[in-house]
Amino acid sequence: MTGATAVSSSLFMPRVQRRRRSGRAFELLCMLLSLFGLAFLAVLIGRVLWEGASWISVKFLTNFPSQMFPENAGIKSALWGTIWLMAITTLTAVPIGVAAAVYLEEYAPRNRLTKLIHFNITNLAGVPSIVYGILGLAVFVRWFRLDRSVLSGGLILCLLVLPVVTIASREALLAVPKSIREAAYALGATRWQTVRWHVLPAALPGIMTGIILAVSRAIGEAAPLIIIGAVTYVAFVPTGPLDYFTALPIQIYAWTDASQPEFHHLAAAGIIVLLGILLPMNAVAVAVRASQQRKKLW
Amino acid sequence: MVKVLESEAPARRVALDLPLVRIPDRGPQREHALPSSERVIRAEQLTIRYGTFAAVREVTLDIPSHRVTAIIGPSGCGKSTLLRAMNRMNDFVPSASVAGKLFFRGEDIYRPGFDPVELRRRIGMVFQKPNPFPKSIAKNVSWGAAINGYQGNLDDLVERALHQAALWDEVKDKLDDNAYTLSGGQQQRLCIARAIALQPEVLLMDEPCSALDPIATARIEDLIDQLKAQYTVVLVTHNMQQAARVSDRTAFMYMGELIEVDDTTVIFTKPTQKKTQDYITGRFG
Repeated sequence: MTGATAVSSSLFMPRVQRRRRSGRAFELLCMLLSLFGLAFLAVLIGRVLWEGASWISVKFLTNFPSQMFPENAGIKSALWGTIWLMAITTLTAVPIGVAAAVYLEEYAPRNRLTKLIHFNITNLAGVPSIVYGILGLAVFVRWFRLDRSVLSGGLILCLLVLPVVTIASREALLAVPKSIREAAYALGATRWQTVRWHVLPAALPGIMTGIILAVSRAIGEAAPLIIIGAVTYVAFVPTGPLDYFTALPIQIYAWTDASQPEFHHLAAAGIIVLLGILLPMNAVAVAVRASQQRKKLW
Repeated sequence: MVKVLESEAPARRVALDLPLVRIPDRGPQREHALPSSERVIRAEQLTIRYGTFAAVREVTLDIPSHRVTAIIGPSGCGKSTLLRAMNRMNDFVPSASVAGKLFFRGEDIYRPGFDPVELRRRIGMVFQKPNPFPKSIAKNVSWGAAINGYQGNLDDLVERALHQAALWDEVKDKLDDNAYTLSGGQQQRLCIARAIALQPEVLLMDEPCSALDPIATARIEDLIDQLKAQYTVVLVTHNMQQAARVSDRTAFMYMGELIEVDDTTVIFTKPTQKKTQDYITGRFG
């Protein structure tokens, strides 16, 4: 026994120290690189806060923008424009995206056509937002004659986030175990009853997370809205879907472009407000996902 | 050779034994057809393919009423496939195709236009791994009845089904708790309760104890024994002792073919087929 051990150990060169060292080096490298990203983010946020925090006030939120007097300028129209956009985008993208995912995952046959559709949806998620802007300009603004209305803008953002919502919903549906579906079918449930009572409820947290992340992507988009000619200085709040509008990212972009340095502070303040909307949304998404993982039963 | 070494132990044994048992040495078979009044399900020359692979080959088998029929055989012999054909659960496997006939009370359930939804209420199923819904215990039992338009009182139904599944005493004070708070054995009895709440005529059980410990297994086996008074049970198992303990009839399948079916005592004491004998004496599988 002892002899065998001695013979076999001579066949190995463990070099444990060296292996440990290289592991440690890799760990350090990863840590430095992730700190690099974090540091950048901290600098950015710090700069924005430094520049803009003092400009945030009730007046800033409730005043319309002004081209002359930065001290009186506010984001009322941009804030309301963004709220309108989000409402239209959510109301259109969620039913269409979730329905598409349910159809593709639960109903559609697995054939070449559906594979092609899956593949294309994944690709669409990577299409630059400006392309959607151009498409929206041709379809919604010109063809449907919706003009540069908040409805046009919302529909463009809907197209933009639709692939994201669909993919996230599909993944959430895919994560519902087959055994739950089988259990329902084996009780004489129809496909719809199975989806309605078991698959969708189980997938809901995942779908919600996807929706929130998609909408928070849309909220920061400026390019496609600028393409359709969303106007910058709007001195009114949209009262209907066909009204002209501006939105926070557009307002921020316009102020960054202004020559007077005070407007740059306004841009920073606008960014803080935008982040103030985005961060809680993402926090909710993270919380929903975490609670779903805690409650995971299968 | 490398492949054989990498695979799981039982599979390796089958692979090594293959040359010995592949010859379809079919001796004189007994006549197994039952009078039509006694049989609930009849498979006739039933072949089920996944793509081009025939998982079940020309199986002709009668399932007698109010008996426990066990289907045994090594892994991959097609016993689960055959079972899942009986309530058309194979419909959800896109590549599956069926040839031959499968009768439930004289009606071919694979004829074009036959609706499997109503069939599945009349033929219940219990799966290998307990799969309760992530809902309350009561809801697990009542949901199937509710969607099938049950007219009676759902609370009574829940109690009755849980009694029948020998689970009532353990859960009567926590019917609103999530089903996943139960142990594995309790979950499986809940799944049985859920199936019998629909008052099916047949109960298909696909290795219902394979995920359970011996004590939970014993309870389920007791339960199966009681259930046959009211239901026809078809039990797929790769546990031969279980088949011997709980079943009245046993069908032995090997590589998609039905090798032999007879009363359980006959199968385990005087099988007519060499393969059956090899299997039950543990020479392979």
